[in-house]
Amino acid sequence: MKIVKKVQAGTLQSSDLMVFLAPAEALCVTIESTVQKQFGELIRAKVDEVLAQHGIEAGEVRITDRGALDYAIEARLETAIRRGTEV
Amino acid sequence: MSDYKLRRSLLYVPGNMPSMLQNIPIFNCDSVIIDLEDAVPLSEKDAARHLVKRFLMNYTDRNKELLVRINPLDSRWGYEDLKVVLPAMPDGIRLPKADTPEIVERLDTLLTEFEEELEVEIGRFRVLPSLESALGVINAVGIANSSQRIFALAFGAEDYTASMEIERTRGGEELFNARMRVLWAAKAAGIQAVDTIFADVSDMEGLRAETEHAKRLGYTGKCLVNPRQIEVVHEVFAPKQHEVDYALQVIEAIQRARQLGTGVIALGGKMVDAPVVKRAARVLRTAYAHGMVDTLIDEEAIHGAQ
Repeated sequence: MKIVKKVQAGTLQSSDLMVFLAPAEALCVTIESTVQKQFGELIRAKVDEVLAQHGIEAGEVRITDRGALDYAIEARLETAIRRGTEV
Repeated sequence: MSDYKLRRSLLYVPGNMPSMLQNIPIFNCDSVIIDLEDAVPLSEKDAARHLVKRFLMNYTDRNKELLVRINPLDSRWGYEDLKVVLPAMPDGIRLPKADTPEIVERLDTLLTEFEEELEVEIGRFRVLPSLESALGVINAVGIANSSQRIFALAFGAEDYTASMEIERTRGGEELFNARMRVLWAAKAAGIQAVDTIFADVSDMEGLRAETEHAKRLGYTGKCLVNPRQIEVVHEVFAPKQHEVDYALQVIEAIQRARQLGTGVIALGGKMVDAPVVKRAARVLRTAYAHGMVDTLIDEEAIHGAQ
């Protein structure tokens, strides 16, 4: 699936995250998190997993995390992908 | 149709807030109503239902009843809410603006279709209709009997007063007739009745007074907007020790009466017969749910052997 427009999903409240997606030639993921040190790698793995599930191979993916758990990461990414791939 | 599940406190939790959703397992209310309707801005309806779905799928070790308040079925979101959330297996749906029996019947049909698709037992998803307009209150009797899935009627005073073009007051005199009509419909159908929210979270005395009023009328539970309200509501609905003691004496007295071959006996100068026994049984069931008595009262103790 292709990201065709600039979208965002989520909030900046605690336990949540904000996801920004934009069209791009290659896949570029950046993650900023309040718990980067402890959980940075796990968040990245979760993000990669969800992107792969939806077949996203290109696009700019920017995440600002406020300590979200896995289910919230999945849900916010899912929402952003739906919004960003809708024609 | 009626079961004895305790539903004293039904707490609303906004559907688009992970920080609140994550606390659901530790709230000590009887039921939770995850809200996709009024607590979610129009631009976030899609985000909220996906968040709720993921949360429910992840919350496998469930310790309370989980209901989801969907958007009205005639809105553009209602059907989509069901489609996304039902596969995550909530216990039931709170239906807003249940103004007519036909609206509830429509939800019933949709739920059956989803149950077939999901290959779960027909009737698994229960329904809590919200009577929150003049029309809904007038139609309460028809609505209470419109689906086998309905376990209670919920009265919604905020929308009701809006539909009546009046203010909601602290005393609540303007709600009396509507509260009673919803109650009659629920009692006649043999289901529970759940009272409206009390919006002022800082006014615990006001909450207590309103909950006591609702309990005296016959309501069995109340909807809450904040976890801080749970304790007060549980205190009000808990049977008092002297009520439990008296109920135990009543049951003992009627069992003695039956041994003597009669259905009526005096206890402390007052007559004990079937309606008194029934009331005592209800107190003891509630006391059991509160852990105040050890054993659940059986049907034979209430009605006698056939």
